[in-house]
Amino acid sequence: MNRETAINTVLVAGLAAVPLIASAFDDPFIVTLATRIVIFALAGVGLNLALGYGGLVSFGHAAFFGLGGYAAGILASHALNYEPLATWPFEISGTTQMLVIWPIAMVVSAFAALVIGALSLRTSGVYFIMITLAFAQMIFFFAISWPAYGGEDGLSIYVRNQFPGMNTLDPTSFFLLACAILALALLFSSRLSASRFGLALKGARQNDQRLASVGIGPFRVRLTAFVISGMITGLAGALFADLNRFVSPSMLSWQTSGEIMVFVILGGVGRLFGPVAGAALFIILEHSVGPISEHWQFLLGILLLAVVLFARGGVIGVLAGGARHG
Amino acid sequence: MKKLGTLAAATLLLAGAAQADPLKVGMITTLSGGGAGLGIDVRDGFMLAVKQSGNSDIEVIVEDDQRKPDIAVQLADKMIQSDKVDVLTGIIWSNLAMAVVPAVTQQGKFYLSPNAGPSALAGKGCHENYFNVAWQNDNLHEAAGAYAKGAGFANSFILAPNYPAGKDALTGYKRFYGGDLAGEVYTKLGQSDYAAEIAQIRASGADSVFFFLPGGMGIAFMKQYAQSGVDIPLVGPAFSFDQGILQAVGEAAMGVKNTSQWNKDIDNPTNAAFVESFQAEYGRLPSLYASQGFDTANLLLSAMGKASVSDAGAFRAALKEADFASTRGDFEFGSNHHPIQDIYVREVIKEGDVFTNKIVGPALENHSDAYAGECSM
Amino acid sequence: MSLILLIEQVLNGLQFGVMLFLMAAGLTLVFGVMGLINLAHGSLYMVGAFACAAVATATGSFWLGLAASLAAAAAAGALVEIVVIRRLYDRDHLDQVLATFALILVFSEATRWAFGSFPLYLNVPPSLSGAVTLPGGIEYPAYRLAIIVVGFAVAAGLFALIAKTRLGIQIRAGEADREMIGALGVDIARLYTIVFALGAGLAGLAGALVGTIQSVQVGMGEPVLILAFVVIVIGGIGSIKGALIGALLVGLTDTLGRFLLPIVFATFMDASSATSVGSALASMAIYVLMAGVLVARPSGLYGVRA
Repeated sequence: MNRETAINTVLVAGLAAVPLIASAFDDPFIVTLATRIVIFALAGVGLNLALGYGGLVSFGHAAFFGLGGYAAGILASHALNYEPLATWPFEISGTTQMLVIWPIAMVVSAFAALVIGALSLRTSGVYFIMITLAFAQMIFFFAISWPAYGGEDGLSIYVRNQFPGMNTLDPTSFFLLACAILALALLFSSRLSASRFGLALKGARQNDQRLASVGIGPFRVRLTAFVISGMITGLAGALFADLNRFVSPSMLSWQTSGEIMVFVILGGVGRLFGPVAGAALFIILEHSVGPISEHWQFLLGILLLAVVLFARGGVIGVLAGGARHG
Repeated sequence: MKKLGTLAAATLLLAGAAQADPLKVGMITTLSGGGAGLGIDVRDGFMLAVKQSGNSDIEVIVEDDQRKPDIAVQLADKMIQSDKVDVLTGIIWSNLAMAVVPAVTQQGKFYLSPNAGPSALAGKGCHENYFNVAWQNDNLHEAAGAYAKGAGFANSFILAPNYPAGKDALTGYKRFYGGDLAGEVYTKLGQSDYAAEIAQIRASGADSVFFFLPGGMGIAFMKQYAQSGVDIPLVGPAFSFDQGILQAVGEAAMGVKNTSQWNKDIDNPTNAAFVESFQAEYGRLPSLYASQGFDTANLLLSAMGKASVSDAGAFRAALKEADFASTRGDFEFGSNHHPIQDIYVREVIKEGDVFTNKIVGPALENHSDAYAGECSM
Repeated sequence: MSLILLIEQVLNGLQFGVMLFLMAAGLTLVFGVMGLINLAHGSLYMVGAFACAAVATATGSFWLGLAASLAAAAAAGALVEIVVIRRLYDRDHLDQVLATFALILVFSEATRWAFGSFPLYLNVPPSLSGAVTLPGGIEYPAYRLAIIVVGFAVAAGLFALIAKTRLGIQIRAGEADREMIGALGVDIARLYTIVFALGAGLAGLAGALVGTIQSVQVGMGEPVLILAFVVIVIGGIGSIKGALIGALLVGLTDTLGRFLLPIVFATFMDASSATSVGSALASMAIYVLMAGVLVARPSGLYGVRA
């Protein structure tokens, strides 16, 4: 077992211990906080596919996070108000079933990623960073000013959506559900990076021509990665909506894009468990330093700077050492 | 009301022992980033009242929501699950209130709003555990409309940011104004340059301009308006004229009429003492947000004196009575737990080196809100 | 809609564009020479505005404040370059984005620590206050005219600096080949500090000029920063000429979009929803412009490399 595997094991064990710790301290909020970490980690796992393996620095992943959230919020609010979503050509009603909501959230964000990716991937480097930001900003301003679903006020769901055989309002159940999805996403992500497609994606990051010369179109490889990446982040958005029982345009803001990126970089770009480590560190810091000082963002800034300047490869990079995957 | 009063007096005697029950308050407010000034004022006003009461049974936990709805929801979860608070308060922004309040009241906790009164929570979404101590969002805009009508304006140009509170503002103004509109413009939220809108105002032939642009947006608008050479009179709600931002606007705000439920020169002993002690404690003049925080705390303290929070029904009844000395003078709750109060027209003046407001006269008296009828309570 | 109103709106768009140029020029210069993405550029803009407001209030002179804004922002820029930025030139864009994002947090909270949470007072100097009447009977604020003049003067100055001076030659050489100028005996570290301080000074000047008619408060830099990025990406990163054209394009699109779109929609909808829908689309307009330009020209209008 190498050191990175050891760290990953510790992370998994830490998450598994959360419900026990919470009941030991009689503090159910620990579970809620951990759920937040898990969901942000999932969003990060999505971004990591594009950013870590594909070298596609997207500054607009909040778009997928928010769209996934809104898909969940809109479906649920229609179901709770008994208003059909559409009456033509046939009646479509809302739903509060997570098993229906998740695929829809993923399809919606995948479609958005397909359109945004197809246009953005014509550019590269800084231009790519900025064009993805531009698309996210478009959706953000649209969401703020579109009155049907609350605009800037956002949309409350009131009751968490349902999963067969489970009381999702119980913090521990919902936490375990989110963990299960994160585990699946990590498994998928590790399989993908080891697959032929994953190798092609990493190849595209390093050398376009070489990839083209063996008959693989780098554009299609990148686009596929971008769509899968958006899909996973969208699913995280749907879970986030359920965690807060609320969606709002702030999920779509550029600060959210920045935060998802910070999770990935803080943890270690291109590391399988990087987003998990990054999200955990960020949220635990925010939670523990926040109450001590109003100026906690100052300390957060200093810490981030230190990580970038002196801890290349993020937390996992420092602890595990060695070259990053890919 | 009177009967309720005697009833409460009786429970007060009976609940003598219950008085010692400690009460835990969770305050979620904006203390960092843009807009932190409002949260700081609410907190300082609230804490001043708690300090003056000398009541050691009340414990207040204050946390910063960074003006982000999801952080506010997370803090509410934490305060309820982990700190086990009985009452929540503090939220400044409507969108954050919409995210937090329904969840709080559903879990059987009380929420007292020191600012922000979105229409959804005043009408269909009203709740017996939700009390608004400030105003319903439309109130100050309605008062501005009433003032414009009374002042004989008949052709207003109106503008607000393109988001729900902005739309409510223009609707509220139109509800009481009744004249023609020379123009109706929605600006981008967070916009800082208003040259295009000011040019439209100049060309519109309006006799008055109503604007709702909270925070930095209003500062930018007024400074640019003053430079533009347009001299059509401005009317607005107090949010662009509070003590915190008036100094940043300076001369550009002089003489502008604005509407507010509070001002530092409202003549009652509570208010005079509040203004003086706030200045002594924090070295600055209080804003309307500070007065709202102060009133919220005093309402809570008054209810604490009458009932234990563990008896939710009695505590709710005690809150509903609003038996406290408000900085605004007369104050009572309507059927939907929103204030019924007087709203005044103020004018920006200069006292020595400090820009501040003085009351010109009432705009609306004993004013309730347009949504109370939709509330089923 | 009268012709005068339309002309006035075009002037407004121009003026907004010029303000954006002041902000974007430093950003694009720093990227062109050092290959650095600096998200903290907006913080230097804020530093300039706060320095101007503090000095103008203390001394009563707006012009001293303006000088202070240049000096303070350039000094802050040089300091940040020496302490942090210098270590980022060899890193990939990702590290630069994260480090400068961290700098935003540090700057914002430090400013709030020093100046408090309430906006600061800063107003137009008496000599430039009020409106002047232009030929054709257009009334226009004198201060905004002054901004247009300053903006074009700075643009001309920058072009001259880069085309004519020794520093300009070094900058151009640095853009073309970084190793080579080092080999030729130019002190690269010093050059980079100077360029960064120059960019910072421009941002500070923009902050002071704009803060005067907007509001001087913590967080004022971020919205402008995003716009400045839109500008340099449209213009082509590293190109001063591109930044100027991009800034004017963005300024005009935004201003005229806000003004015209609601009017266009009012021809086929009721007035209230037309203003609402029109302004919603107007707030998206510049991003649509940017996406459109990049789809057609993936490295911006005047960009040479990605």
